[in-house]
Amino acid sequence: MSDIAIRAENLSKQYVIGARVANLTLRETIVSTLRAPLKWFDTRSNSNGNKFWALDDVSFEIKHGDAVGIIGRNGAGKSTLLKIISRITKPTRGRVELYGRVGSLLEVGTGFHSELSGRENIYLNGAVLGMKRREIDRKFDEIVDFAEIEKFLDTPVKHYSSGMYMRLAFAVAAHLEPEILIIDEVLAVGDAEFQKKCLGKMNEITGKGRTVLFVSHNEDAIARLCQRAILLEAGRLVQDGSTEEVFSQYFSSLVRLNIELILDPAKMTPEGEHAWKIDLSGFELPGDSLDNFFHSRAILLEDGKKLGPPHTLHNIIRQDGKGAYSHWGAHLYFSSSDNTDPRSNGRTYVVKNNQLFRE
Amino acid sequence: MENMPSSSPVSLASSEAHFLIEPPRGWAALELRELWLYRELLFFLAWRDIKLRYKQTALGAAWAILQPLLTMVIFSVIFGQLAKLPSDGIPYPIFTYTALLPWQLFAFALANSSNSLINSQNLISKVYFPRLIIPLASTLAGVIDFAFAFLVLLGLMVYYHIAPTAAILYLPLFLILALLSALAVGIWLSALSVEYRDVRYIVPFLTQFWMYATPIAYSSSLIPQNWRLLYGLNPMTGVVEGFRWALLGMEKSGGSMIWVSAIAVIAMFISGLYYFRRMENNFADVI
Repeated sequence: MSDIAIRAENLSKQYVIGARVANLTLRETIVSTLRAPLKWFDTRSNSNGNKFWALDDVSFEIKHGDAVGIIGRNGAGKSTLLKIISRITKPTRGRVELYGRVGSLLEVGTGFHSELSGRENIYLNGAVLGMKRREIDRKFDEIVDFAEIEKFLDTPVKHYSSGMYMRLAFAVAAHLEPEILIIDEVLAVGDAEFQKKCLGKMNEITGKGRTVLFVSHNEDAIARLCQRAILLEAGRLVQDGSTEEVFSQYFSSLVRLNIELILDPAKMTPEGEHAWKIDLSGFELPGDSLDNFFHSRAILLEDGKKLGPPHTLHNIIRQDGKGAYSHWGAHLYFSSSDNTDPRSNGRTYVVKNNQLFRE
Repeated sequence: MENMPSSSPVSLASSEAHFLIEPPRGWAALELRELWLYRELLFFLAWRDIKLRYKQTALGAAWAILQPLLTMVIFSVIFGQLAKLPSDGIPYPIFTYTALLPWQLFAFALANSSNSLINSQNLISKVYFPRLIIPLASTLAGVIDFAFAFLVLLGLMVYYHIAPTAAILYLPLFLILALLSALAVGIWLSALSVEYRDVRYIVPFLTQFWMYATPIAYSSSLIPQNWRLLYGLNPMTGVVEGFRWALLGMEKSGGSMIWVSAIAVIAMFISGLYYFRRMENNFADVI
């Protein structure tokens, strides 16, 4: 047997936007919160069947025991890559060879059920992640210890605080012991202290000689855990090298723009009961930055204060995670479940995003 | 490989697992061996469904018995007393209850598996496992209900002084047939429901229609002789008649009609497996 753990050859994945396939998911993204744009959306989406490559001819090899970080902006293809390697979705072209048992954590708490107790969820979640019953039995105490939930083991997790819930979810996941571990953004859980504990656990996992493939927006975490990084851009592999090298190129191509968009009440029109459509036609950003601007990291400010739920901003998220701004036209939706009309309350609304953008 | 020691580093040589991920091509193999490897997950998901089903109901698991029992009462009054449908010389209540047993299992599969994949969206888009586990687990959860309801049948047999004959030895065969038909319809509907959300709106009508097309309230002896083979194409016909024959000691077994049903069940089950496998590649993208 060779020392290769993962070999990807000419890996490509094509999605179709606007055809039936994408339409279902796209529609569901907004249907729960916004009813009104549905019609508008349907007619628009059925007419163009746009294809795009979420992953385009990506090849690489990863040796056993390596920890490799995957970086790139939103929509660069990171999640698609992890989904293919985790066998969740099939590639359109190319192939991946995996040597070893694969475990993937694309989310913490997958399969958790709020009505079930902590104990029951440990078993259920463990089984979902591919652990054997005996394996869970053996690690049960360790998991409970790590999550610090002894007292609430038999309480339904719906009564847990969000911190407890996340701790338990991470604890189960962290005790998964496959030969190849695929991780997507799971470090962002819990309070600062627990995050430190998580990072420590991750360090321990990578230190054990396990092969780890790791996607994160947390640059520090990648720098700490991985010696090697792969940079994806628009579905293509643009750089593959030491974490330092790749990061320096990645950052040099980006600028941190502090973009502010003042929402003009005159350009808002009500859509359904709790939503307002905002016309963004005068608002321009260089290159493809606009696509990225309304990504979830954009925050909404009211009179200079950050607004959380029930106020939310929606744009239409495409299947690959990109904002669909440029594709669907210049509209953004503002919604507020307590029914405050943003046009009439005399407040100012600003969308702010200090993400990194390409120049 | 299953027993990797938790403390020592993973040894490279220990790995025998090798996967090849390639674009889907045509009809995929069934990979039943892989399904077997995931049997624990199947068990856990079925256990979860059972656990959750009656968790917030006042009567709990009593529903498993009440549903067929109440249906039996209604049928006995309407079809037995008022319409006076013949029941082949057997007391009408137990005649219809014996049919309701496998029917409830089947109807349970119809109702639950058609939603099962959609309800497991988050699992499907975040973890890999053979997707077939999901409709299988949701169908198997109905087996517990079936077991409870079966106990009631035994009570009814005592009450009506019906002693089992040697035919009862065939009961396991019909149990398997009942389970296979429930699984078959579960697999088909769940795979269809991912692509066509319409399925969940069709299911209530389908269930109703199917029930009248199955000899539950009436006896299949009402069906003209030359239509019986065609009638047997409904998999549930053979299952229901088989149950009556094996449990109630009826003289006629329904003969060739049961064979037709058995073949229909197996054809539906195997074609369902292949169809599911073929569609499963797209589940994560479509759902």
